[in-house]
Amino acid sequence: MLIKQTPDLRESDVTPRELYLRRREFIGTAGLAAAALATGALGTDRAEAQNPAAQKLTNLKKSAFDTDEKMNSYRDVTTYNNFYEFGLDKGDPARNAHSLKPKPWSIKVDGECAKPGTYNLEDILKWFPLEERIYRMRCVEAWSMVIPWAGFPLADFVKRMEPTSKAKYIEFRTLVDFTQMPGQTEPNLQWPYREGLRLDEARHPLALLAVGLYGEVLPNQNGAPIRLVVPWKYGFKGIKSIVSVKFVEKEPLNTWQQTRAEEYGFYANVNPEVDHPRWTQKSERRIGEFFRRKTLPFNGYGDQVASLYSGMDLKRNY
Amino acid sequence: MTQTQLVRRVVKPLAFAAALEPACWLLYNALWGDLGVNPVETITNHTGIWCLRFIVITLALSPLRWLTGLNPLALFRRMAGLFAFFYGTLHFMTYFVLDHSMVFDGVWEDVVKRPYITAGFTAFVLMIPLALTSTQGWIRRLGGKKWNLLHRLVYVTGLAACLHYFWKVKLDTTTPIYYFAIVSVLLAARVWKSASKRAAANATAAARLPRQA
Repeated sequence: MLIKQTPDLRESDVTPRELYLRRREFIGTAGLAAAALATGALGTDRAEAQNPAAQKLTNLKKSAFDTDEKMNSYRDVTTYNNFYEFGLDKGDPARNAHSLKPKPWSIKVDGECAKPGTYNLEDILKWFPLEERIYRMRCVEAWSMVIPWAGFPLADFVKRMEPTSKAKYIEFRTLVDFTQMPGQTEPNLQWPYREGLRLDEARHPLALLAVGLYGEVLPNQNGAPIRLVVPWKYGFKGIKSIVSVKFVEKEPLNTWQQTRAEEYGFYANVNPEVDHPRWTQKSERRIGEFFRRKTLPFNGYGDQVASLYSGMDLKRNY
Repeated sequence: MTQTQLVRRVVKPLAFAAALEPACWLLYNALWGDLGVNPVETITNHTGIWCLRFIVITLALSPLRWLTGLNPLALFRRMAGLFAFFYGTLHFMTYFVLDHSMVFDGVWEDVVKRPYITAGFTAFVLMIPLALTSTQGWIRRLGGKKWNLLHRLVYVTGLAACLHYFWKVKLDTTTPIYYFAIVSVLLAARVWKSASKRAAANATAAARLPRQA
C-alpha cells in the first residue's frame, strides 16, 4: 500500500536531541515489556507530566504520523472522558475507574486466524516496539483534542495472528465485570461494548493499539490497559479495555450502531459533509478553545486513508 | 410590618439574591478558571438547566398558592419569570456567540434543520413578549384578560424547553422526562382549575335563572 507522508510532519518531529543523546540507556533496557513496566527510570521531560504514581514508558519511538498541533493537557485528556462503563458524565470515569484492575490482563484471540489463543498483555508487549503517536481525536459529539498516545500498530498485531482468507473484519470487545466497571449495572448500553473495523482498515498504519498516554501507562479512565485508537474515525470507534479480538467474515454490529442505527454507523469516519441527525458535524470545539473550528474530512487524515473508501458512498456508509 | 410588607421588603430581596446564585457561581468559577475541561459546555448546560428550572418555578407558583392558600406566592411570579428569561438569554447568547460567532445564518440553519434547536429557539423567542409585557403598565394597557391570554404562552415555552432538552441528550433521557412530567402536571392543574372555575360560574348562573314550573 502506498502511504503518503502526512503534510503536518515537521523536522521537530524527529527524535529530540536529548533523547537521542540518552539512546544508550534505552539499548540497555531489557525488552519492551520491561520498558513498558519499568517505573520512572527516565521519566519524560514534559512539563505537563503528570501522574507521579503512573509507570513511565521510556524508549518510545517517534512516529512519522504526528501532528504538530498544540497538545491538550494531561488533565484535559484524563478528566473529560466518555467511558459509560464508569458512568455517563464526562467526569465519572476519572472518579470511578479506580476499581478497574488492568494487571494482570489477557486478550482472547479467536475466529478466522491461524494463531487463536489467550495472550497475556505482558507477552504481547514484548512482540512490538512502542511508539508515540500524537493524534487528533474527534468525538462524535463535536469536540476534539490532540493526544500523545503510546502504543503499537494494530497492523502488526493483525499480521502476527495470521488471519485466514475468510477474515474480512475484526471485532473487539471490552471487559464485562460490573465489580470492576460499576456503570455496567445500568443498562445504558448493551454490554460488552463492541467495535469493529474492516480488515484493511485494521491493517492501516494509522490504526493504533494504545497502552500509554503522555509517556506513561494508560490511566484506567482512558481505557487501560489497552485500547484502540483510529484517528480518522469518531472517538467511539476507539474501544477501551479490550479483552477479546475476533476475526470474522461478516461486518460486526458495533454497540452504538446497535443502540441508535440512524445516528451511528459502522464506519463512523469523521465527515463534515454528513451531519449527525441532531447536530452539525461541519465544525467542532477543540478543547481549550472558545470558538469552533472547521472539521476536516477524515479528521485531517484524508491523504492517508481516503483511498480505503474509494468508490464508496460515505453518506450512506456513515 | 404587615405580611405583604414583610414579603416585599425581606423575602423578595432574599429570593432575588438566591435566584442570582447560579449566575454568581458561573462568574466566580469563570474568574478562577474553574469551569472544567470544556467551559463552553459547562456554561451552556448550566444556564440552560437554570432557565428550565425557573420556568418550572414560575409555573408552579400559582398551583402552590391554590394548594396552600399562601397568597403572597403570587408576588414572586414576575421575578421567577424574568429570571427564566435572564438565564434563557445567557443560554442563547452562549450558543449565538461561542457556537456561531454571532453569525445569524448558522443559527437560522440550525433552527430550520435541527429539531432540538427549533424547540429551544421557540421556547426562547416566546419568552421575549412575556418579558417585555411583564410590567404593571403593560398589564393596564392590555387589560387583565388579554394579558392573561398572552402569558399562557409560558406553557408553550415550558413544553418546548423540555422537548429541546429531551432531544439534546445523547442517551439517558431520565431527567428531561422528569421535567416533562412536572410541566405536564402543572399545565393539567391549570386546565383543571379553569375548568372548575367555569363550571362554578355556570352553576351560579344557572342558580340565578328563574326555575321553570
